[in-house]
Amino acid sequence: MSIEVRNITKRFGAFTALDDVTLDFPSGELVALLGPSGCGKTTLLRIIAGLERADAGQVLLEGEEASTKAVRERQVGFVFQHYALFRHMTVFDNVAFGMRMKPRAVRPSAAQIRDKVHRLLELVQLDWLATRFPSQLSGGQRQRIALARALAVEPRVLLLDEPFGALDAKVRKELRRWLRHLHDELHITSIFVTHDQEEALEVADRVVLMNQGRVEQTGSPQEVYSHPATPFVYGFLGAVNLFHGRVDGEGVRVGDELLPHDGGVDAPAEGAKVLAFARPYEIDILPEGEGASGMAARVSRVLSFGVSTRVELEGEGGRPFEVELTRERAAGLGLAVGQAVRLTPSNLRVFEYEEGAGI
Amino acid sequence: MAAISHRAGGDPAARFESRAATREAPWVKWTLIGVSLAFFALFLLMPLAAVFVEALRKGWETYIAAIVLPDTLSAIKLTLIAAGIAVPLNLVFGVAAAWAIAKFEFRGKHFLTALIDLPFSVSPVIAGLVYVLMFGAHGWFGPWLYEHDIKIIFAVPGIVLATVFVTFPFVARELIPLMQAQGRDEEEAAVVLGANGWRTLWHVTLPNIRWGLIYGVILCNARAMGEFGAVSVVSGHIRGETNTLPLHVEILYNEYQFAGAFAVASLLALLALVTLGIKTWVEYRAARTGQDDASS
Repeated sequence: MSIEVRNITKRFGAFTALDDVTLDFPSGELVALLGPSGCGKTTLLRIIAGLERADAGQVLLEGEEASTKAVRERQVGFVFQHYALFRHMTVFDNVAFGMRMKPRAVRPSAAQIRDKVHRLLELVQLDWLATRFPSQLSGGQRQRIALARALAVEPRVLLLDEPFGALDAKVRKELRRWLRHLHDELHITSIFVTHDQEEALEVADRVVLMNQGRVEQTGSPQEVYSHPATPFVYGFLGAVNLFHGRVDGEGVRVGDELLPHDGGVDAPAEGAKVLAFARPYEIDILPEGEGASGMAARVSRVLSFGVSTRVELEGEGGRPFEVELTRERAAGLGLAVGQAVRLTPSNLRVFEYEEGAGI
Repeated sequence: MAAISHRAGGDPAARFESRAATREAPWVKWTLIGVSLAFFALFLLMPLAAVFVEALRKGWETYIAAIVLPDTLSAIKLTLIAAGIAVPLNLVFGVAAAWAIAKFEFRGKHFLTALIDLPFSVSPVIAGLVYVLMFGAHGWFGPWLYEHDIKIIFAVPGIVLATVFVTFPFVARELIPLMQAQGRDEEEAAVVLGANGWRTLWHVTLPNIRWGLIYGVILCNARAMGEFGAVSVVSGHIRGETNTLPLHVEILYNEYQFAGAFAVASLLALLALVTLGIKTWVEYRAARTGQDDASS
């Protein structure tokens, strides 16, 4: 089922949680709502589910106005961050709950419910836990039961609120992959909320980036990562190095240095104040020496784990930089803490400078 | 967390004692235990024992005879009626108030919370007097009630009203922190899964608060049956008509019928012991389920 939200606005007292948000969620996609805490993503999810009422705007489920529909009529599956399993019921009863709550006329028989619960528990690979209570399960198991419970009522959409937020890193990674797999099997329109950019990029078909109640950008993970529309998106999707400068011909003048840039989103005018960004792996380190060009900096830490070496540096005025080099390159440079070096960004992305622009 | 404390003996006191930093000298331990036990024996255990000893001083026959007197039986009946009405009323209103406070945001919430505590903070005599001022012959509604031949003060309705007032906080007080701690998640989950309000209450909310609810009801009942002050003001002490058990004890005692007074008092004491027993059992059960929840 497709979901549309149109001009949704929601305030909590003086705080604006959602500011005129319009979005489209096509049928069958797995979409991530990504943003920092307090950006309104959970509120949006709850409004779609009907757990919260928008101050203005519409929610359309399959083109049909849903704002007046009660939660239980919307046929959504909702998975809560803290699972919200019924603590006094067994796993079996938890999963069966939705079916048992159906009006008598459409309620499946006890035998049908039993079959369905076991099928769902098999789907989430936890059939052997049917007689346990939630308190006897691990976090990851609970979240999978919560998902089975949500799926039991055959929802037309699946909404997941920070589904892996309360789990430790390893279980998270596992469940992420598992969720993607499940979605590929079921093809149910799904929206999940997360503040973890890695999670969003890895799992979702499409990513919606939100900040301060507004949508910053939507697109495939590849699109938003390679072509971030705003400084906020750029900064949120990975580690960054920030340079303040002005457009100067084909490059950006930062301090005394003229650095090349990639043309920008909509090339700012000559002399305009800009923010320029580079990812850690888009900067090279050159040894300080006769005629060396680039930003002056001093090495403050060298971290070598895995295939790459991460170097933390301090620029003029204590400005921090982070550079990622291949191991060989780092070894070739022979970097030592305190050493003066030059930084040359190979691919600066520039954005017009705006007062108070999220970064 | 709970799993760890489980292994360490479950009881925080055990951990306290097993650690050098918090361990006290043996004499401190035994002095404290001795003082508590002595105090307990002197002020709690001895009076309790005295009630039963005095009640049975003249043997079982006198004891039974004192209890089967018509006035005593009618006092028992009235006490049961008062508690039988007050407890269910406070059960319903207590759950409603606790629900309102724990799960909704509204103006005047703090006021309502404070109001719930009023019966605890005000002297029971005042509680009784308030009803006399409102429903008594010279009270606000007195003339109107007289015209319509409705008797509240010095009659059973007054006793029930006073009992309801005094025992209101028990259920609500017990449930508010519990419901606040549990939050709204499970109810929301139930609603999303298609349950209506009534079935959510029945299948999700009530099962989650059941131990707190039982605990509150037990305390509420004990107080309803034992209340003296407020009831004394509104009752009028009409023998066989408006005397509850505590009032009956007083009357018997004032008339130097010690055996009868203590016999009836022993009934109340027995009620207290039974209440205590059930309460301990409920606490034990609640702690067990609570532990399961905490280890989540």
